[in-house]
Amino acid sequence: MKLNIKKIFSKKAANENQDEFDFSRFKNIERFLNEIGGLSRFAGNFFCELFRPPYEHKEFLKQSYNIGLSTLPLIGITAFIMGLVLTLQSRPVMVEFGAESWLPGMVSVSIVREIGPVITALICAGKIGSGIGAELGSMRVTEQIDAMDVSGTNPMNYLVVTRVLATTFMIPILVFYSDAISFFGTYVAVNLHGFISFPLFINQAFDSLHYYDLFPATIKTYFFGFAIGIISCYKGYYSENGTEGVGKAANSAVVISSLAIFIIDLIAVQLSEIIHIFSM
Amino acid sequence: MLKQKININNDIVNTQEAVVQIEHLKKSFNGNSVLKDINMILSEGENVVILGKSGIGKSVLIKCIVGLIYPDSGSLKVFNKEIAEMNPRELNTLRTKVGFIFQGNALYDSMTVKENLEFPLRRNKTITDSHIIEGLIVEALENVGLVDAIDKMPSELSGGMKKRIGLARTLILKPDIILYDEPTTGLDPLTSREISSLILNIQGKYKTSSIIISHDLNCAKITSNRMLILHEGVIRAEGKFDELKNSTDEWISSYFKTD
Ligand SMILES: Nc1ncnc2c1ncn2[C@@H]1O[C@H](COP(=O)(O)OP(=O)(O)OP(=O)(O)O)[C@@H](O)[C@H]1O
Ligand SMILES: [Mg+2]
Repeated sequence: MKLNIKKIFSKKAANENQDEFDFSRFKNIERFLNEIGGLSRFAGNFFCELFRPPYEHKEFLKQSYNIGLSTLPLIGITAFIMGLVLTLQSRPVMVEFGAESWLPGMVSVSIVREIGPVITALICAGKIGSGIGAELGSMRVTEQIDAMDVSGTNPMNYLVVTRVLATTFMIPILVFYSDAISFFGTYVAVNLHGFISFPLFINQAFDSLHYYDLFPATIKTYFFGFAIGIISCYKGYYSENGTEGVGKAANSAVVISSLAIFIIDLIAVQLSEIIHIFSM
Repeated sequence: MLKQKININNDIVNTQEAVVQIEHLKKSFNGNSVLKDINMILSEGENVVILGKSGIGKSVLIKCIVGLIYPDSGSLKVFNKEIAEMNPRELNTLRTKVGFIFQGNALYDSMTVKENLEFPLRRNKTITDSHIIEGLIVEALENVGLVDAIDKMPSELSGGMKKRIGLARTLILKPDIILYDEPTTGLDPLTSREISSLILNIQGKYKTSSIIISHDLNCAKITSNRMLILHEGVIRAEGKFDELKNSTDEWISSYFKTD
């Protein structure tokens, strides 16, 4: 059921004068649309399989555990440095305006609303996305997915549903963890130039946070997780034959999910602006 | 109609019903025509060996039978039902009755041998009693003589052992039809003979019908009730092993030359 744009265009081209138009330039557009179509169908299949038994709790927990375990140290270090650096960089400006006491609040808002979710999701896209892409890709190449198919075991249900659910539920948790560590980094940075007690710091930080900072920021992390999972599974599940295909699958899983994260972020920011305006 | 017309002087096999029926099957990949006009029948309880040069489309042919590849045209009936007209549920049910041994084994390499065997059982038959599952796993492993390997990972197994575990994983669902894709390729003559007699034993014990793809003449000799030679997209010759081997046709007997 691939969108066969090439056929449509080549038919047109036969009718018109072929020299006037070079249809090969549509090749990329065709590939892009095919990709979008394939991905949408794949996501559709995912939702069909989601409610179909057997439910693989064990595999879901195993995947979630792996995702959490493999990214915990990396996210921890990155988040700490992020909080630290962000504070150190913003400090001179804030001091200039005599708004030093606003520093914890300002940094915490930017971490919770934007930097925490996006950086964490990007790290996960790199670490988890490439892992899923390569794993499913090599299972495809070594015919393991075919073997599941021919024994009637429904690999879509077993492999894809569990992994996508795992990323969807784990990324928000990881973002929460990352935000907490970033706060700690901020606290350390603030204390490098004077002393502020931890309760006071927390008080200042949370004073500037409102529910409309937290709520959209949390919701969008679920979408980040879903996008990473579904894109990486899609690339791996339909990886082309050969070892080269596995590399390509892992690579494009990372690239496309990173891109998707930014697009979702853009949409989320616009939507939350609108909702915020209407709710005032 | 279902009776086999060819080889009138053969054994009981010929009076059985056809379990796989292929008529005028065509398949091409990107304009490269691989299968041009395949007509064949697999009767109940019969072992058919398909010979053919590398890259001629043997794997493609048996992948069509389990619906991994869809043919471009022609009719392909398994248990008298057209594959192309099946919905996903029917296809899944069919697939539990048709075992497929992959050319590269395709063992699940993140699972132990035990989990490999348990997987199709657990996902298909919804057997939850672990004693019954355990019993079936041990039975399947006994059939291939590898009970000791139950807790090993696929990466710890030799080529021949992998083949046998692949066979055990297929047997555990008690299929009626088994499709073997080059079961003995890449094995030493001794192991290859063991696998061949295993295939024969399985046919006797479980009354399965099989299609066996092989380059290995010894394997073909041991396992086949009937042989087909695939050449340039069509079945060019058909008969028993000895008939084909002693054929006066230069082209056919060239497949049986050992030197
Ligand atoms: N998925 C596919 N896409 C494109 N071409 C394919 C595909 N599968 C097989 N082919 C082509 O079909 C032809 C037959 O392949 P097949 O794997 O059936 O050969 P074979 O007879 O099994 O050979 P061998 O004995 O080496 O396994 C090859 O030329 C191969 O390039
Ligand atoms: Mg082959």
